[in-house]
Amino acid sequence: MGKVIVVTSGKGGVGKTTSTAALGAALAQRNERVVVVDFDVGLRNLDLVMGAERRVVYDLINVIQGEAKLSQALIRDKRLETLFLLPASQTRDKDNLTPEGVERVITELKRVFDWVICDSPAGIESGATLAMRHADMAVVVTNPEVSSVRDSDRIIGLLDSKTMKAERGERMEKHLLLTRYDANRAERGDMLKVEDVLEILSIPLLGIIPESMDVLRASNIGSPVTLADARSAPAMAYFDAARRLAGEVLPITIPGEKRGIFGKIFARRAA
Amino acid sequence: MTKMLTDARSIRIKGRSFLAVVLAPDLPFDDWLVRLDDLAARSAGFFLGRPVVLDVTDLPIDRAQLKDLIAELAGRNVNIMGIEGGRPSILGPGMPPALKGGRPVSDEAVTKEPIIELRNGEPKPVAPEVRSALQSMVIREPVRSGQSVIFPEGDVTIIGSVASGAEIIAGGSVHIYGTLRGRAMAGSLGNASARIFCRKLEAELVAIDGIYKMAEDMAPGLRGQSVQLWLEGDSIIAEKLI
Repeated sequence: MGKVIVVTSGKGGVGKTTSTAALGAALAQRNERVVVVDFDVGLRNLDLVMGAERRVVYDLINVIQGEAKLSQALIRDKRLETLFLLPASQTRDKDNLTPEGVERVITELKRVFDWVICDSPAGIESGATLAMRHADMAVVVTNPEVSSVRDSDRIIGLLDSKTMKAERGERMEKHLLLTRYDANRAERGDMLKVEDVLEILSIPLLGIIPESMDVLRASNIGSPVTLADARSAPAMAYFDAARRLAGEVLPITIPGEKRGIFGKIFARRAA
Repeated sequence: MTKMLTDARSIRIKGRSFLAVVLAPDLPFDDWLVRLDDLAARSAGFFLGRPVVLDVTDLPIDRAQLKDLIAELAGRNVNIMGIEGGRPSILGPGMPPALKGGRPVSDEAVTKEPIIELRNGEPKPVAPEVRSALQSMVIREPVRSGQSVIFPEGDVTIIGSVASGAEIIAGGSVHIYGTLRGRAMAGSLGNASARIFCRKLEAELVAIDGIYKMAEDMAPGLRGQSVQLWLEGDSIIAEKLI
């Protein structure tokens, strides 16, 4: 049985889709069977980041409504044999996402894949609660700024009350993925520090992804950053996060502690 | 704070809130009483055993008129427990005490019960009340943004932080072994001796017995400190805990 992960945040624009794609590609490079599922019905983006936007025929809603088989809707990645995408519908109404339908699809995916990674829409409405409903563990994506942290805190509360796991009285495993982290700005006090975010949210840290142009560049060419440039700082941070998800214990490094070329680029941009 | 007490046992004064029906009569009283009789005829026993408060705000009446009205109501088995909005000149000995500070509740909360009783024909069995000396609620995890912990029966202890946008409402004291970033309300049912304790104060709002203080009203030196808050008279006093 595969593991179901929800990538969620409450707030929009913090990097859920980017992180879903990057973690999915990183896990698939370990030769594990991975499917990334887009739950953002009506505002789908995961297909773009995965570079599969021209290959979408059927989507999640089609499968839920019984208009297509799951195997027809799954899109295999061109670069990685073991990586699949289940896209969201861009045209259909999000009310078509029914609890029963979602449960059926997730159960079916769990049977075939090692990892089912659900990319949650922003907000706390039905789309977000359905994306987290059947998860075994959650990756809470947070930017080091107050509004994102508070929204994440709200989402953690929902993870502990609105999911199947919580309703069965079990504990939902939650991991914090701190994205768009800029050590210089954190040092200047323009951004929350890692320890502040951890103190507020009090969930274990999965990784810290540095703010980087590489992320945007990868998205624009339709490739998860862990595939586009595996040696870039954000990609390496995502690889480490994926290893921690798979159960490995690795020390966490705070980006920017040792200043390299990376630091210089940043110093110039800030000036 | 360290005053010597003559006897270690203190007198226990408790606050408790009850739901009362408020009657606001209008002039002339005769007409109003006729309408009241109509209501009583339609739902028998509406006022039976219910605390009733008489609201006489803005009514140009004198003490004799008020006395007559109370007598009329007593004749209809409507027992007045207090008078709201009465000028001191019309109140006097032998009359129900003056009440103030009432808070409105939904009409539904007041009327629901008797209607159910009428339909069932017989009163609901009342569960025997079990009351322990003091009740407490302990929460072993952080209270997240958007969550409310409401415990009118006694003290609330949080082993963890209370996030911004979360709230704790306790009938007794609130103890937070973590950072208080949200709201904490102690003595919510009227308990002026309730206190708020927290390991780190970053609160949006604190309230004791209905008297509140916003973040901006708090001394800046207390932010980030271990603090206890209590009520002295009508003001909230805060002090660092060592």
